[in-house]
Amino acid sequence: MDSALAVHRLHFAFTVTYHYLFPQLTMGLALLIVILKTIALKTGDQRYHQCARFWVKIFAINFAMGVVTGIPMEFQFGTNWARFSRASGGVIGQTLAMEGVFSFFLESTFLGLLVYGEKRLSPRQHWLAAFMVFLGSWLSGFFIIATDAWMQHPVGYKLGAGDDILLDSFWGLILNPWTLWQYLHNMIAAVVTGSFVMTSVGAYYLLAGRFQEHARIFLRTGVVAGTIAVLAMLFPTGDGQGRMIAEHQPVTLAAMEGQFETESGAPIALVGQPDTDRLQLDNPLLVPRALSFLTYRRWEAEVKGLKDFPRDQWPDNIPLLYYSYHIMVGLGTLLIALALACSWFLWRGRLYGNKTLLWALMLALPFPYIATTAGWMTAELGRQPWLIYGLMRTSAGDSARVSAGNGLFTLIGFMGLYMVLGILFLFLIHREIDHGPEVQETGGAR
Amino acid sequence: MIEILWFCLVAIMIAGYVILDGFDLGAGVVHLFVARTEKERQQVLASIGPVWDGNEVWLLAGGGTLYFAFPALYAAAFSGFYLALMMVLWLLILRGISIELRSHIESRLWKPFWDRVFGASSALLALLYGVALGNVVRGVPLDASGYFFLPLWTNFLPNAQAGAVDWYTLLIGLAALIALAAHGCYWVVLKTTGELQARTRAFGSKAWLGVAVFTAIITVASFQLQSNIAKEYSDRRWGYVFPLLALAGLIGMRVASGRRRDLGAFLCSCVYLAGMLTSAAFGVFPYVLPSNAAPENGLTVTNSAAASYGLYVGLWWWIPGMLLAAVYSVFVYRHFSGKVE
Ligand code: HDD
Ligand code: HEM
Ligand code: HEM
Repeated sequence: MDSALAVHRLHFAFTVTYHYLFPQLTMGLALLIVILKTIALKTGDQRYHQCARFWVKIFAINFAMGVVTGIPMEFQFGTNWARFSRASGGVIGQTLAMEGVFSFFLESTFLGLLVYGEKRLSPRQHWLAAFMVFLGSWLSGFFIIATDAWMQHPVGYKLGAGDDILLDSFWGLILNPWTLWQYLHNMIAAVVTGSFVMTSVGAYYLLAGRFQEHARIFLRTGVVAGTIAVLAMLFPTGDGQGRMIAEHQPVTLAAMEGQFETESGAPIALVGQPDTDRLQLDNPLLVPRALSFLTYRRWEAEVKGLKDFPRDQWPDNIPLLYYSYHIMVGLGTLLIALALACSWFLWRGRLYGNKTLLWALMLALPFPYIATTAGWMTAELGRQPWLIYGLMRTSAGDSARVSAGNGLFTLIGFMGLYMVLGILFLFLIHREIDHGPEVQETGGAR
Repeated sequence: MIEILWFCLVAIMIAGYVILDGFDLGAGVVHLFVARTEKERQQVLASIGPVWDGNEVWLLAGGGTLYFAFPALYAAAFSGFYLALMMVLWLLILRGISIELRSHIESRLWKPFWDRVFGASSALLALLYGVALGNVVRGVPLDASGYFFLPLWTNFLPNAQAGAVDWYTLLIGLAALIALAAHGCYWVVLKTTGELQARTRAFGSKAWLGVAVFTAIITVASFQLQSNIAKEYSDRRWGYVFPLLALAGLIGMRVASGRRRDLGAFLCSCVYLAGMLTSAAFGVFPYVLPSNAAPENGLTVTNSAAASYGLYVGLWWWIPGMLLAAVYSVFVYRHFSGKVE
């Protein structure tokens, strides 16, 4: 791999991974805020209004970070992946432009009303503002996932002169079957993040003995939403994603699972370290036949192993891919266990006094973020060595004129700037959490 | 034909961005000079607080539209202006967080710090946008493969070895800075009262003089430098409506603000900006990015456009989508209309 390519890959991977730390909370919280405001409207309970107001403040800070880190993403297709953009812009330029036109305008307009408008709007209108922000952010997720899904599984195109890829069917592009599963799985992951952030703050308040009433609302809402969401991560959405991969990217599946040999009745590896020199999984802990069943719904089905794929089709970082996937699924399992335990205790009315569970909920805060990031790494590393699966190699898509030196310069620049942003973000969020839900006035530049 | 339509639509989006985010940037540039107290600073920020993010979306939606309608142009320009564009991105980040974070903490260190970041990043952004426009007019060293790469600067001469910044593009940059500063003044005057308004008004009329002088200089310089402009205007005389529009806007700004027609002055400034941008676009047409090394390598409306099926389909969502966006904009601007408290 020539080094400019490595820099461009790292540049994109770093900035998009960082960006996505924020939208996942935006999209998850947007839904939860709508839920809180709906309950407030229905019951007239002021505490729900106060809770919603508190989360809107967190939301606004998080949203601002998402916006400023999102703008560079939009432009990096051109700056770092010029040959890719030129070849495929006619196709996925559609979905990217639609994201701007349909969702960013919607979000940014109604966010102003949600954050600054509560005094001027009636409660119903303010609810509507919250709903529109939710709609905008979920639409935004749709268009960007549709873009990514097309890179994973290109449809609705035809090849033109040179290396141009032309749009052939607009609806084919929008209704890509890959988009459906990826969108559902990813959006539900956002709800997982939102819910666990909410329960984490609630658990912290209860343990610290502050804002107890609001803390209970956070816990109740978060545990219920989180349990539903995290179960849906596994089934049907995670399972659906897995079967898309088995069907369209079988070599990726083999690499994710560390499956070197072709076998019928293939086992699934719970732990193990893929050794790509000796082509085996070291120290494996296996569940017999599970992989065959999960992918093909037959215990005896044959799963093709890496050895039976040509080397030049293998993802180029198999160990990292394997670990990313296992981290996601491992944390998913952990979160399911935690969510089920909390739901049980909540139902029996004993959650608020259970220190062990509260500590676990408080400390679980990073897990959804790690799982989501690991999930994206699975998707993106699994797509390698293709930039557009089966159509364009990653090595054919970067900006040929931007040297490694220039790329590294801006990568380092982004790293420095994002470090400062991260510190500011944590500092401000900490202050808001410290102020708690009863503080009335709203923040922002007004 | 459809390519030309999309060229116009992209031009409208870019003009929309410059006009709308232009007043945010302008307010950022001038607020350090005109707003003296914390309360006044807050008023300036309140005048743009609820709308700046929506204004910035014009850049994103415009960029996205450019990407899908003219992928070859998007790829060449964004990778070719790599360094300058990354600076723009960093400045946009700084500008965005300085607006959003300043109000969170009451401290004598925190707020003045972000005010300065806001002022400096706005000024540099305005300058860089002008430099970018200057580069498009001057042309860039595109080769036969349709790509180029520009260092930030070389010897500051606008020839085939030029970097992104030379004396010509810098001149356009300064013109943009002062034009957006004036634009920002008219906005702040419109949204405020009392001393702050009076001071901004005075600042605005000084800025106007600068705008008038720079307009004359850059017009002459551009005709000298880019031969395509003179040719285009003499071939298609109706194109003079664009410079005339700019001139009318320029005069209107003066007249209206002299008569305390604050809304009129702001709108004239919008007309001026739109007139200048369309004049430049018309002047380089049919090129969208001319080559200053070998003219035949220049990117034109037709050779950089996407295939026609996609362009036709795009109309089906672009038109309703932008109408919706316009409705939202009208809605927020009306909701937050009138003077800020
Ligand atoms: C809270 C986060 C989270 C959790 C707990 C899980 N996932 Fe996930 N997963 C994601 C967050 C995520 C993600 C970030 O949303 C990804 C990356 C791309 C995408 O669309 O979704 C993803 C992708 C993704 C893929 C596709 C990878 C590719 O495209 O190559 C599969 C097969 C799974 N997941 C399967 C699962 C299974 C079986 C889970 C069991 C519990 C699971 N995920 C939990
Ligand atoms: C949905 C929109 C996304 C698109 C269109 C997209 C596209 C791309 C592109 C063009 C690259 C560079 C080529 C490559 O090395 O494969 C890339 C790499 C990468 N992206 Fe994504 N990406 C998206 C979302 C994400 C998100 C949200 C994350 C993580 C949170 C992510 C993680 C990565 C990583 C880790 C790489 C590096 C892969 C490697 O170096 O091999 N992507 N992606
Ligand atoms: C290459 C990939 C990506 C690009 C080009 C991109 C682009 C952007 C841009 C330009 C913004 C700022 C919008 C504004 O000014 O209001 C933004 C924010 C946002 N993005 Fe991304 N993004 C990418 C990845 C993702 C992914 C993978 C998701 C989710 C599935 C996502 C969801 C959002 C959401 C919901 C926002 C709203 C602001 C926020 O959440 O903080 N983005 N993105």
